[in-house]
Amino acid sequence: MLLALAATALVAIALLSDLILPRLDEGWRRLRARRRRLPRLDYDPGRELRAEQRARELLRSCVGEEEWTMYRDLGFIRVWGRQADGPEGSRRSGGAPYAYLVYPHRPIVAYLAQTHRLLGEYCIAFPDETRPYGSARLPDSDDVLAKWMALTGDERRLIAMANMHLPGRQLDPEQVRRDLWRLSQWERRRMRDAAHRPAASSADASA
Amino acid sequence: MKPGFGEVLIAEGDVDLAADEERLVREFRRQLDAGLWAAVPLADAHGRRESRMVQRFDEIPRDAERVIFFPRAAGGR
Repeated sequence: MLLALAATALVAIALLSDLILPRLDEGWRRLRARRRRLPRLDYDPGRELRAEQRARELLRSCVGEEEWTMYRDLGFIRVWGRQADGPEGSRRSGGAPYAYLVYPHRPIVAYLAQTHRLLGEYCIAFPDETRPYGSARLPDSDDVLAKWMALTGDERRLIAMANMHLPGRQLDPEQVRRDLWRLSQWERRRMRDAAHRPAASSADASA
Repeated sequence: MKPGFGEVLIAEGDVDLAADEERLVREFRRQLDAGLWAAVPLADAHGRRESRMVQRFDEIPRDAERVIFFPRAAGGR
């Protein structure tokens, strides 16, 4: 009797082992994973600030003086579009000059230069999957520089890779129009300053 | 460019020296194999700045000061 029960138990265990063993194995792995000491990936504001400062210097050394001061003063860069009929996928420009506003970690906005009509938002990211500090996010100025390099280097490819949306999906169109107004004011001020500079320097020379 | 780092110097050398050029080519390939994009900042004839995306070492102008590697673009949200 006892022998028969033992044999039945063995057969039952053998039959159930396919179900039980993977669960035991998974439980053991989970236990080990919980015990494993993971590297701490704390957010370090000092490190991020130093990275951003380096990124700003790199941006400054790559883009022109106008783009750099634009970014410093306004927080974005304008990049002129070069495709004959406007950016791919958006409302077409019909041959009119168009440009992009490049913000850090926000969509690129295409617009018509003369009327300020918004053409589209292009969502693009430059994720670093190595995640050196647990983050795939570049410093702000590096993100702007990456967009600037990709746009001026191969606009068509970047725009084709981006997720295109109608204006207003992420960026408030009123905010973008305000930025365009700020840009026009900024340009006027620059032109005024440039016009006054030679006069001022000649006056200095004569004095 | 790297998150948390900003600019990181990968390699430097003189392309007119064979040993340096070989090392630069090797590093260039390693970065592209790792999935990064490469761009060379340039100034056009009018002094306007732009960049050139490069996929081969021989596409880099011989007088280029630097090549910048950055993560490949992907459609964002």
